[in-house]
Amino acid sequence: MLSSLVTLWYTFLHLFQRNVTVSYPDEMPYLAPRYRGRIVLTRDPDGEERCVSCYLCAVACPVDCISLQKTEAEGRWYPEFFRINFSRCIFCGFCEEACPTYAIQLTPDFEMSEYDRQNLVYEKEHLLISGTGKYPDYNFYRVSGLAIPGKDKGEAARERKPIDTRSLLP
Amino acid sequence: MTHGNEIVIGLLNVVIGLAVLMAAAGLLTWIERRLLGFWQDRYGPNRAGPFGVLQVVADGIKLLFKQDWIPPFADPVIFVLAPAISMVTVMLAIAVVPATPMIGIIGNLNVGLLFFLAMSGLGVYSVVLAGWSSNNKFSLLGGMRAAAQMVSYEVFMGLSLVGVVMLAGSFNLTDIVHSQLHLWYVVPQFIGFVVFFLGGIAETHRLPFDLPEGENELGAGFHTEYSGMKFGMFFVGEYIGIIVVSAMTTVLFLGGWYGPLLPPFLWFAIKTGFFVAFFILLRAALPRPRYDQFMAFGWKILLPLTLLNILITGALMLAGPAI
Repeated sequence: MLSSLVTLWYTFLHLFQRNVTVSYPDEMPYLAPRYRGRIVLTRDPDGEERCVSCYLCAVACPVDCISLQKTEAEGRWYPEFFRINFSRCIFCGFCEEACPTYAIQLTPDFEMSEYDRQNLVYEKEHLLISGTGKYPDYNFYRVSGLAIPGKDKGEAARERKPIDTRSLLP
Repeated sequence: MTHGNEIVIGLLNVVIGLAVLMAAAGLLTWIERRLLGFWQDRYGPNRAGPFGVLQVVADGIKLLFKQDWIPPFADPVIFVLAPAISMVTVMLAIAVVPATPMIGIIGNLNVGLLFFLAMSGLGVYSVVLAGWSSNNKFSLLGGMRAAAQMVSYEVFMGLSLVGVVMLAGSFNLTDIVHSQLHLWYVVPQFIGFVVFFLGGIAETHRLPFDLPEGENELGAGFHTEYSGMKFGMFFVGEYIGIIVVSAMTTVLFLGGWYGPLLPPFLWFAIKTGFFVAFFILLRAALPRPRYDQFMAFGWKILLPLTLLNILITGALMLAGPAI
């Protein structure tokens, strides 16, 4: 009986507490920079696509929502198409973890509702952004040892010249 | 005052009273949800119109356009009759409540108190008949619980008012208010006040005594099969019931319209509003007892307490004219 009255009193006191509700469309919630939302494909500082079509993201994806096809041009690998089905995506971020070139990144944006389910399948032109995302300086082809047109072996950043195995000189 | 004037004033009271009552009942659905929201640290309906007031209109439109479905296995006549009884009885009950000496439909009825008890007693039929005619296990259980609950609260609810009647020496609600000019009956009849209010909660089937409804055990209890405006009528009935019980508590124990400074009607509205808010607070705070617990509480604690109250009141009245 007494506990009921105490309960009543404490419930009444909640009248003077701040509401926990965030009136979402009116006041936007703060999303951390590393929030896992809409997935984008980024470009390197030179404006080229970062994705090298290694398929690691598609392998890592637990719900198999990523599909892509490799193609090759000027010694580089590109995705011919890159498709993410966001009606399947669970925003786990495994693809971002798996990506060796920082190409695929998750962004703090979740407002991607659609009336038509088909519209949730994003193609490469929807995914690709013009910026570098979270890693502004990273450029895979500038740090990797792979030779591409305009950059031979040993010319990448922090890379030594290849050792001439036929010479005895130190 | 001529006879014609009296008729006009009477009719005005009826029409305006009905309009105000229906509006208040509609508004109460919104007030309840807002207050429940605040007591649960959220907003409640605040989108439609200023502060969400138009939620009432939206709900009304929704209810009117819902399919009005009578299940093929139900007893159609009683099924339709039950929600009507629910509304009619509470609206008849409020007719005897005098808001002020001028405002009120038959506030001067010489058996006003008995009439109120009779109407509130009849109100149980709506729940029992609804549960029974729905021909559905959950509904039937709800209706049976309503009957069981009625048996336990109706006795002490009636008896709790005997003390007031003894002190006032009248069944006329206006006279009862007049006799509280110097001392509200909540002081000498505190036990009666508490017991009557508990009975009132049970009478309106509000939490924590909403056993006939019991959402988490019985689906929706007696109104499981109801839809559309018939469902709405049960709820308008319930909300008017809250207003009736609050108004009756005000009239019987809190000196009705008496109060300093403010006009009489405002005092009546403030006191009634306080109890209405308390009803909602009860819903926000307390869990529902098992129905045998409620019956035991009624028969073993409240009924003896009420009888004791009558006994002491009578003894004190005989002992001296002090009270």
